[in-house]
Amino acid sequence: MSIQSILDWFDNGDHWSGPEGIVHLLWQHVQISVIAVLVATLIALPIGLFFGHHRRGSFVAINLANIGRALPALALLLFAVERFGVADPPAWMQTIGIGSIPTFLVLVALAIPPIVTNTFAGVSGVDPETVDAAKGMGMGGGQVLRRVEMPLASPLIMAGIRTSAVAVVATATLAAIVGWGGLGRYIYDGYRVQDDQRIFAGALLVALLAISVEGVLALVQRFVVPKGLRLAARADDDDAARRPRSANPGLAPGAAIETEPVVPT
Amino acid sequence: MVLGAYNGDTLVDWSWVNDHTGEIRQRIVEHLQLVGWSLLWGLVLALPIALLVHRFHGFRGAALGVTGILYTIPSLAAFALLLPYTGLSQYTAIIPLTTYTLLILLRNILAGLDAVPGDVLEAAEGMGYSGSRRLLAVELPLAVPSIIAGLRIAAVTLIGLVPVAALVGQGGLGTFMLDGFNRDFQTPLTVGTVLVVIMAILADALLLLVQRLVTPWNRRTARA
Repeated sequence: MSIQSILDWFDNGDHWSGPEGIVHLLWQHVQISVIAVLVATLIALPIGLFFGHHRRGSFVAINLANIGRALPALALLLFAVERFGVADPPAWMQTIGIGSIPTFLVLVALAIPPIVTNTFAGVSGVDPETVDAAKGMGMGGGQVLRRVEMPLASPLIMAGIRTSAVAVVATATLAAIVGWGGLGRYIYDGYRVQDDQRIFAGALLVALLAISVEGVLALVQRFVVPKGLRLAARADDDDAARRPRSANPGLAPGAAIETEPVVPT
Repeated sequence: MVLGAYNGDTLVDWSWVNDHTGEIRQRIVEHLQLVGWSLLWGLVLALPIALLVHRFHGFRGAALGVTGILYTIPSLAAFALLLPYTGLSQYTAIIPLTTYTLLILLRNILAGLDAVPGDVLEAAEGMGYSGSRRLLAVELPLAVPSIIAGLRIAAVTLIGLVPVAALVGQGGLGTFMLDGFNRDFQTPLTVGTVLVVIMAILADALLLLVQRLVTPWNRRTARA
């Protein structure tokens, strides 16, 4: 298979329009991913904040992540389809981008653990002395959470959302197997009719989409994370470069940004 | 939970399991082969990269950046990109799975090497261990727990990813899942899923055991 044949595939106007076209499938893929990550964040963030703020439930938070890692996304999706069927969702769901209920549910379920775990780790990891200082200044529990713990935890919270978003985009690719759309269609259909160009083009689009999502969210993170933390992170990096033998690495807020991404899917 | 019955089909039809013990064994072996080879290749590649990056700090960002991008590529897409070239050979699965382990292992090896206390390094130098010898004889052994922690994450991750490879004809336990799904027959789907989860738990426990065995000094200090 030559590069030219792939370029030709993309050059063909028929491949861009219509219900099987790139524009439509890409839009489906993006829509369901965005809505799934939003819903997952709305569920996971309060849970992580609550347990992190009260510094309770670390056992559950850690194990949630491990269970998420061990359960194959493919199996979850197949089970969900067997349970909920492939009937079209009601019109209002389709307008907001939920084209397949089982796919949507699995994406939300997969996106929750990394956000809960990271939010918990971020909030509960705030230096107790900092919290005490905030209380000493007269802040109540809610204020401490909003004005001290959440900003300090923001790099980790964002890292969790990034991890989830990438996993969601990847798993949405599998939706084609259960008869729904998204860019996975090209890979799945292409495989069935042995069309190498279509498989390759679809895989390329999915890979580029995942990398773009990661890039865009990295950019968003720059705006969300308070400036002071970013400076601290950079200072820490410089420090690490000068003294690579630092006996106690990874405790600065900057280091927290590089947490373990959970699962490629 | 609602996994019970759908379409009047039971979760596990044990007579199917009895009739398919041979195939179940074969799929488990296929699954383990893909995971095992990918882990091995991952370690073989990640170790020298990590040691180089540890010595020449300038390449650290580049190494983590490149492996990070590879890690972001969804598995089905990665398999599909290789399909036209490697076809039905196991490399279609092993190459992408290996690349996924790189980021995990690289991070853990580097974290392990970074965490070696300065005192230990000075003591080693005082005993005449220089550059590369110190790295291999002192720093690397001390990083073993962190390296094995990386292997545990990588192993569990790969075990959960291999089912996707069944979509491109790579066998393994995912074959049961797809077969059950396509035939509207619950049992193979359940059996495949349960075996994957059990395999992940066992692999994790086994590697933890290996870690205990190869780092006896940790146990001693832990008990003291």
